[in-house]
Amino acid sequence: MVVQSAAEAITYPAVGAELDIEGISHAFDIDGATLPVLDNVNLAIAPGEFVALLGPSGCGKSTLLRLVAGLEKPRAGTLREDEVRISGPHPSRVVVFQDPTLFPWRTVWDNVALGLEAQGILKAQRHRVDDVIELVGLSSFRNAYPHQLSGGMAQRVALARALVNDPKILVLDEPLGKLDSLTRIAMQSELVALWQRKGFTTLLVTHDVEEALVLANRVIVLSDRPARIKADIAVARPYPRHRGDPYLAELRKQILGLLGLEATW
Amino acid sequence: MSTYSVSDATAAAAPRAAITLADLSGSYGVGLAASLVWLAFGLSCLYWPDVGDWSRTGSLGIGAIVVAAFILFGTFSADYLGGAGQALRKRAPWLVAFGAFVTLWEVATAKFAWLPLPFFPPPQSILEVYTDDLPKLLDSVFASIKLQLGGYIIGATVGFITGVSIGWSQKIGYWVHPVLRFIGPLPATAWLPIAFFTFPSSWSASTFLIALATGFPVTVLTWSGVASVSSAYYDVARTLGAKPSFLVLKVAIPAALPHVFVGLFMGLGSSFAVLVVAEMIGVKAGLGWYLQWAQGWAAYANMYAALIVMSLLCSGAITLLFRTRDRLLVWQKGVVKW
Repeated sequence: MVVQSAAEAITYPAVGAELDIEGISHAFDIDGATLPVLDNVNLAIAPGEFVALLGPSGCGKSTLLRLVAGLEKPRAGTLREDEVRISGPHPSRVVVFQDPTLFPWRTVWDNVALGLEAQGILKAQRHRVDDVIELVGLSSFRNAYPHQLSGGMAQRVALARALVNDPKILVLDEPLGKLDSLTRIAMQSELVALWQRKGFTTLLVTHDVEEALVLANRVIVLSDRPARIKADIAVARPYPRHRGDPYLAELRKQILGLLGLEATW
Repeated sequence: MSTYSVSDATAAAAPRAAITLADLSGSYGVGLAASLVWLAFGLSCLYWPDVGDWSRTGSLGIGAIVVAAFILFGTFSADYLGGAGQALRKRAPWLVAFGAFVTLWEVATAKFAWLPLPFFPPPQSILEVYTDDLPKLLDSVFASIKLQLGGYIIGATVGFITGVSIGWSQKIGYWVHPVLRFIGPLPATAWLPIAFFTFPSSWSASTFLIALATGFPVTVLTWSGVASVSSAYYDVARTLGAKPSFLVLKVAIPAALPHVFVGLFMGLGSSFAVLVVAEMIGVKAGLGWYLQWAQGWAAYANMYAALIVMSLLCSGAITLLFRTRDRLLVWQKGVVKW
């Protein structure tokens, strides 16, 4: 159990993994030119922490997530999950992408079962699929196909598909970015509730300062490409948080300033 | 009106309103007209003497009257026949048109001999083929199905596996792609002369040609289907712990299936063409051979009869393929209904 030395002590169940990002640099080769996207990023995330990554569009946030997920290898630096070096994808680190990317040929149930099926443990653990579909409130849609779902429902299925693996680190790449604002607010609360209940470490990429402040207990502000860490801000407020909280409003102003948008305040 | 009293009896049994004049001109009218047209066709066969000597005129007339009776019965009891009744009602205009067409055909050939013989035989002579030459026709049908099915299954399987391999592996693509580009666009029939003397039997040669004609479109479309699968699907599967075999079997192939079915459909079309040509030239069996044989004897009725059977078989094969696709791809929206 980890206790944060913040204003309010927040405790986490020890399900989440520790994530160490050490001296990560990464670049892409585009038309013969090298485009640096990450520049010496160092970040230590405690088990069960909810960390939000904020930064300008195209700064390399999503690239950092792909490295954490193990979908790509960094050019320099190391990533460690619970002291073990990350060398490839693993179901203990599951990503929820901006698009739900449900497999259209599979029903909701079969989509959620994907991870267990890929790991060859579905037959023995079918109840886990039922449980997690219940958890996201889609039991009556278990036999529906993705094209029959609304955007919010599809994203819930994507969340269920990730959670069924009992991840130690949940990686969220703007998962609510394409939802309408009402659905978005509702899903933010659901996300916090799930995180509190399950205790996984969460890494969230978002464009939305308010979303970061409502959800995370630590907000990392990244610079323009190549991304460096500009600020590491602790959000020491208990949950559920309120959008109108003056403390959050003050942080929001500060973060918008860091992103060069103070004029919008 | 005698027909009215028949319908009255049905209507009396119905709890709903009796048939009115408006109904006769509306939903029942077309069915009634279809029935009358077929009755007229039947009566013309039975009571109007033929110009030539056709042996099956009487049977054809009786058959037409039976059809007329079925249409009449179906029209007035459509509400109680469920799906079949609805289907009949929907197709009633076609039954009128088709009945009129065969009547016209009968009159123009057997009754007035307006159209030259032997090129335009009357309908009864086609019926005669189906009754008198049935064993030979059935043998031909079985021979064609056997040849087509063998070649198609081999071609589709090889094409599918090749398509998945080159879509998945760049190394295999490097070697197979040039061969595919060189051989694929060649019409399979161009291989006929070579195939018939290199293969041990004309049957194996034809199977090879049909497989070739099927294989090319199936390969290309399977390949493009696998190649166009969004990399996001692979990312999702990989983060969930999928191994390469899972990525191929459970991600690439299902995602490519809509393309594969387009390839299977195109392959079916081109393999029919090869089948008929192969049967006409090399294989001494099958519907293509039957057509050739009938032409040799100037037996045009046999030709028309075989053409009708062939059309039904080809159409049936495509229907079967589309039904299979609809079952497998229920998850897709807005697919073409055949």
